[in-house]
Amino acid sequence: MADLNINIAGIQFKNPVTTASGCFGYGEEFKEFYDLSLLGGIFVKAVTGSNRDGNKYPRMAETPSGMLNSVGLQNKGIDHFCSHIYPLIKDFNTRVIVNVSGSTISEYVEVAARINELENIPAIELNISCPNVKHGGMAFGTVPETATEVTRAVRDVYKKVLMVKLSPNVTSITEIAKAVTNGGADVITLINTLLGMAIDAETQRPVIATVTGGLSGPAIKPVALRMVWQVYKAVNIPIVGLGGIMNATDAIEFMLAGASVIQVGTANFIDPMAAPKIIEGINEYLDRHNIASARDIIGALKVS
Amino acid sequence: MKKFVHDFIVAFNNRLNSRHFILELQSPLPLPEIFPGQFVQVLVHNSPATFLRRPFSIHFVDYAKNTLSLLVQVRGEGTRHMGMLKPGETLNLVYPLGNFFSIPSSGKVLLVGGGAGVAPLMFMGDYLNRKNIRPDFLIGFRSADEVSQIDEYSKYGRVFLSTDDGSMGEKGFLTQHSVFSQSSFPYDHMYCCGPDAMMHAVAKLAAAKGSACEVSLENFMACGYGVCLCCITQTDKGNERVCVEGPVFDAARLRW
Ligand SMILES: Cc1cc2nc3c(=O)[nH]c(=O)nc-3n(C[C@H](O)[C@H](O)[C@H](O)COP(=O)(O)OP(=O)(O)OC[C@H]3O[C@@H](n4cnc5c(N)ncnc54)[C@H](O)[C@@H]3O)c2cc1C
Ligand SMILES: Cc1cc2nc3c(=O)[nH]c(=O)nc-3n(C[C@H](O)[C@H](O)[C@H](O)COP(=O)(O)O)c2cc1C
Repeated sequence: MADLNINIAGIQFKNPVTTASGCFGYGEEFKEFYDLSLLGGIFVKAVTGSNRDGNKYPRMAETPSGMLNSVGLQNKGIDHFCSHIYPLIKDFNTRVIVNVSGSTISEYVEVAARINELENIPAIELNISCPNVKHGGMAFGTVPETATEVTRAVRDVYKKVLMVKLSPNVTSITEIAKAVTNGGADVITLINTLLGMAIDAETQRPVIATVTGGLSGPAIKPVALRMVWQVYKAVNIPIVGLGGIMNATDAIEFMLAGASVIQVGTANFIDPMAAPKIIEGINEYLDRHNIASARDIIGALKVS
Repeated sequence: MKKFVHDFIVAFNNRLNSRHFILELQSPLPLPEIFPGQFVQVLVHNSPATFLRRPFSIHFVDYAKNTLSLLVQVRGEGTRHMGMLKPGETLNLVYPLGNFFSIPSSGKVLLVGGGAGVAPLMFMGDYLNRKNIRPDFLIGFRSADEVSQIDEYSKYGRVFLSTDDGSMGEKGFLTQHSVFSQSSFPYDHMYCCGPDAMMHAVAKLAAAKGSACEVSLENFMACGYGVCLCCITQTDKGNERVCVEGPVFDAARLRW
């Protein structure tokens, strides 16, 4: 049995497999499938300053090897999170990290400051990459200057580990990665969904109510791998990698490209047991290759 | 409620007509208690074209044979593939999902279904009979060549029939059926499943007749167990998830 422990920015993960924000609720639903303490960590659904109803139905479309969604950050806001959700998740025997979103810098700052007070949350993941909200969200993550600005503003109030989740909808991912590193990010997560669109030719209408939405699933894996690899070479902070991971082989590919920890997103919808299977598969891979620790494959891609 | 994910073995694939078939699926594990109105998520074959699971109501549960059945209408690639499954082949399910129809303690019950929407009503009929309630069924089909399983439904209650073209039963949409024009409407509870437009019309009739009405929604969904928030419908409590708070809703609570 290989050593699966990973430490990033001072946070100990019992294995590199975590679940992606928006694809795992607050963990509650998955308790009916398996013991959550198997997981390295859980990134919970985005929390915003106040209640958001999200976008209109229909919110999803199936696309080749993937799906589009336009959920639009539906959540009950930070007050409700602190009073109702936190008590349910604070004693999970795994790392629970909160995805933080907003429309303005002050909203990000307000939410981050509140979560800073929650003892059992070791980190936040700043979502500057959601394509499904009209204001803010992805807008912060596509321009280097604003990416630095929002990261720095949150850094000033958030004293624990600050992860920043990047949007792939940019020309140069390394520029944004450097911008958030300069702003004080401890860890970079990538990627969020790719902006996409689906049309029903018969009705001549868009399939989802918002017309455009975020593409996820195996369809985006090659883009995600490329971005993890580019960012790994460009900055010195750890990377949490995701985008289309369906099985252990996919997860290993992300680690070889430079991810220290991986997230399982859309795969949870197809196989609720995906994450525990990936943990087993990584272990089996390491044993088969006589690799003592999962740490040894991070960025170990052999180029030429 | 504990949920399961594992392969079932196809026991039967019974073609009802050109568009509908019944899959009887045997579980290798003893089935948990399942309630009428609940659904399963089927992994078709995970090809690029059928990447997500497909949701289907549970049409029947036979605890003695340890099987559950699905009544499927062929719509696209996923259902076409399911229609070609042969006995002995496997199908992976996540189940049991969603809430279920409420069981009335008294009063007369009408189960209303159109097309593949009749799927959960067979199970509901059986379940009600086991609770000593004998419902009536009102079932709508496109035409006589799609009418099927009337003998089966008749085991659990009286069956009223309508076809769009009048080739069997009364002619027209099932909301035009004469059960709704009786001078005193005998039903206290209605349970309805089918196309949205039909459920709207039935819910409206129920409200006018003073009957309680539960509808089973078929919103597009990704996960089926409450985490993706894609299948929401607006209710008196705001956005609710069809896959968890539903698929069965009291029609009076819906803002559709
Ligand atoms: C809770 C629930 C219970 C259901 N129960 C049954 C059932 O018992 N029997 C049955 O035959 N069908 C049922 N459906 C609908 C069924 O899930 C779809 O018909 C199926 O997913 C279509 O898959 P496909 O790959 O064949 O078609 P696709 O290629 O995915 O789609 C083909 C066409 O079917 C339509 N379609 C796809 N998904 C749905 C949907 N969820 N609702 C309505 N239309 C859809 C689309 O408009 C599309 O044009 C249920 C749906 C839900 C949400
Ligand atoms: C239905 C859905 C909801 C999502 N909600 C969020 C969210 O609230 N915050 C966030 O940062 N990312 C969200 N995401 C993006 C995922 O966390 C992930 O970055 C993306 O789906 C790519 O990974 P995948 O291909 O493994 O799913 C969501 C994705 C989906 C499919």
